[in-house]
Amino acid sequence: MAEANVENLLEIQDLSISFRMLEASNEVVKGVSLRIPPGKTVALVGESGSGKSVISQAIMGLLPRNGAITGGRITFRDPRDPALPIEIASFDRNGPEMQKLRGGRIGMIFQEPMSSLSPVHRIGDQIGEALQLHKPVPKAEVRQAVIGMLGKVGFREPERAIDQYSFELSGGLRQRAMLAMALICRPALLIADEPTTALDVTVQAQVLKLMKDLQQDLGMAILMITHDLGVVANMADEVVVIYHGEVMESGPASDIFRRPRHPYLKALLKALPHFDMKEGERLVPLRAIKAGPITPAEPKPAAPAHQSDAPLLDVRRLSKTYQLRFGSWFSGSGGRALKAVDDVSFTIGRGECLGLVGESGCGKTTVSKVIMRAITATAGSVTFRKDGEEIDVLALSGKALRDFRPRMQMVFQDPASSLSPRMTVRDILREPLDIHDVGTGADRDRRLSELMQAVGLDPRFMSRYPHSFSGGQRQRIGIARALALSPDLLVCDEPVSALDVSVQAQVLNLLKDLARELGLTYLFISHNLAVVNYMADRIAVMANGRIVEIAPRHLLFTRPVHAYTKALLKAVPYADLDRPLDFDSLSLKGASDMSQWPKAFQAHGAGDALQAIDLGQGHQVLAHRDADMKELMA
Amino acid sequence: MLFSYIARRILLMIPTLLITSALIFTVMELPPGDFFETYQAEMQAQGERADMSRVEFLKKEYHFDKPPWQRYFYWLWDFVRGDFGYSFEYQLPVRDVIGDRLLLTVVLSFLTIIFTWAIAFPIGIYSATHQYSWGDYGLTLFGLLGIAIPHFLLALIVMYFANIWFGLSIGGLMAPEYLNQPMSWEKMGSILKHIWLPVVLIGVTGTAGMIRAVRANLLDELEKQYVTTARAKGMPPGRALMKYPFRMSLNFFVSDIGSILPAVISGAEIVAIVLSLPTTGPLLIRALQAQDMYLAGSFLMFLAILTVIGVLISDLALAILDPRVRLQGGASK
Repeated sequence: MAEANVENLLEIQDLSISFRMLEASNEVVKGVSLRIPPGKTVALVGESGSGKSVISQAIMGLLPRNGAITGGRITFRDPRDPALPIEIASFDRNGPEMQKLRGGRIGMIFQEPMSSLSPVHRIGDQIGEALQLHKPVPKAEVRQAVIGMLGKVGFREPERAIDQYSFELSGGLRQRAMLAMALICRPALLIADEPTTALDVTVQAQVLKLMKDLQQDLGMAILMITHDLGVVANMADEVVVIYHGEVMESGPASDIFRRPRHPYLKALLKALPHFDMKEGERLVPLRAIKAGPITPAEPKPAAPAHQSDAPLLDVRRLSKTYQLRFGSWFSGSGGRALKAVDDVSFTIGRGECLGLVGESGCGKTTVSKVIMRAITATAGSVTFRKDGEEIDVLALSGKALRDFRPRMQMVFQDPASSLSPRMTVRDILREPLDIHDVGTGADRDRRLSELMQAVGLDPRFMSRYPHSFSGGQRQRIGIARALALSPDLLVCDEPVSALDVSVQAQVLNLLKDLARELGLTYLFISHNLAVVNYMADRIAVMANGRIVEIAPRHLLFTRPVHAYTKALLKAVPYADLDRPLDFDSLSLKGASDMSQWPKAFQAHGAGDALQAIDLGQGHQVLAHRDADMKELMA
Repeated sequence: MLFSYIARRILLMIPTLLITSALIFTVMELPPGDFFETYQAEMQAQGERADMSRVEFLKKEYHFDKPPWQRYFYWLWDFVRGDFGYSFEYQLPVRDVIGDRLLLTVVLSFLTIIFTWAIAFPIGIYSATHQYSWGDYGLTLFGLLGIAIPHFLLALIVMYFANIWFGLSIGGLMAPEYLNQPMSWEKMGSILKHIWLPVVLIGVTGTAGMIRAVRANLLDELEKQYVTTARAKGMPPGRALMKYPFRMSLNFFVSDIGSILPAVISGAEIVAIVLSLPTTGPLLIRALQAQDMYLAGSFLMFLAILTVIGVLISDLALAILDPRVRLQGGASK
């Protein structure tokens, strides 16, 4: 198929790539063939470690030093000079031909827009440099070209942005700057390696829209590398699914989504949480884990019914204010207060899972840290109910706080950095038991193997170090550690956002099962609405440090009231060709910008006129005191 | 903005130096006795009689009849006015004793720093970009040797072999006829002819350590994503290296300037004795031994002042080099 079409912009035939590890050689790409037609978007889909990024590095000549192309061809047919196909695989990686191609004819953007830009050089300098490397342009014209390009990628004040540094920009703007850099030489092909994975869902939608617009504008092709099938459905003309370095399935997007043939792709689609799941429907992970039973450390209370009326956790009017030293380092000590959490109230019932969603910087993690007593609240109260006794969490100190800590435990986002690399899994799991002096040594050992089994890991692996486990396994170790002290409440801060789709399903199912078996209560923080939809009973939406809407799950998704909730829901990409993102209705300013919301949700006038308005059935929305109910529901 | 920041920093130097001076004075007062007792003891040991009337005069002149805290303030006030006191050992005003030596010390230290950087940076960059190559291993070995051998020992060895093989006497910073002569072009030339050897000897250890530091810092930076970005732009590897990772790795060295000055000056003292260099090092050690307090105190104060200035320079250079330092405010929890 690929050979027949002579007009392909890029053709990869039978490409093999190996990495040299010590003495052995490890083949990570095994005979991959794919094509990119001019002006089209091809999505390369796969899990981490599938070899998808390695392919893109090979196209750019950016393979790590120990990696080498061992077979196959990469043919690039420049539309400017179509008669002369270029064999990329035959070039010297650092040779002049490759340098001309890189940045000149093929541009690339990466997953982490923060680390992709140098923090000590101005944005304009880094973008203009790309132009100067490939075209002899006078300095003054470079500046004009950069300003024009920044305007094109959606900077509102390009004249100002050109002299800014990357750390002065938000994540979305940084990715836009990266796009400007990759596209300033008008390349024929843009390689985007997980370009929106690190971005918030609303920002992701904006960047995707921008990429689509620029593609039409510049007539370039896009090779989109991603693991997010929702993004693929909205962007790709053709899809290539890759698994363990081999192409599983490839073809037009419509074929792939409507008639998936290969079992891997079918399984991948089933492992993805989505909004049309029936009540009680379970995700099917690619590799199911077998979890053993776990006994609660203390017998369950005989009659839990009487407790269910009073919530387990009661958070009232919580606020956290940071004092910022703003602006220049030289400007003395003038400061400003930043309200990270502003008058937040919610309750979590025993055995319930409360989802907390919002974009990065909205204060959701701060809320969890205040509850965990990792940082001190400026105002408000947190009440924990246990055996009919009310505990004022924020007032605890010394021994009382220590004795209380086992009641609440935390599961962190990054499984790589939340486990000490210098401790074995046994030490990691045992540490909480040692600190709180639980049982005898033999008791603890028994508990350890029970914990390992409970999260589906073989207890024989306990003497290993975290680095010998995969990301999903490490996250399960993190969960086992949190369970060690038999807590009542588990705070999960983005527990699956660092994991692959296939592994995500495993961990989510595990958390669900544990909740049922142990009667756990969750505060589940995530920016992924589909994940929260799968996990939570009730959902609270946060923006700018406040909870703008809180409702039972089905109500929030079917009848959202607040403008911000609606914007969030609208920005979620579905892995479904029939429900494309509505790119035209996106606001460029970002969903959490209050001035974009209808008047009824804005804090205008003197004082704080916003208050939680009860809409019935546990549905509350933050709106203006005198807002008309009908107006809100409209 | 920058101006008011510098002004604030300079104002902040005043209390820093006041506290340092109090500490220096206290340390000098701590050993039992004073210069005069040491002097008398030495005289008696040699079977001579000390000139008591002179001792009495000096004691009065320099307020040794007053309590220490008053003496501290006399000393401080005189220091600020540029009168550094009197060296009892040399029987000269401290200013005359130090004079040239201080200048030579500064020149020697400055050249040593330049030498260290000029050698260490290219080698460090080579080592980092050719990690685990034979060149890297060889240079690493050289570096470890440099760290392991104390420089006074190196100085002794070099002197010995220079004498044995070439019959050269390589001590000193200038030809003997220029000693105690006023500065002139000829003297300057003679100094330059002599100064390279102590620069190399004093610089070796620092250079070796610096090579390791450049290598480690650069290796960290080379892994970063923005290096890939630069290469993806089509930048030639050499240019990309200098503009991005190398520039970032400089931060470490700039913030280190503050501690280089005192380290070089104090590290050079023993070498200076071995090579009999007319710098401040030997003088300071002698002054401390003899409890020649005004001389020693002045030295230590100069060291403190140099350190404080070095820290200021490094902070300012860092702010100029790294916009994150300049533009980002810290938040207080």
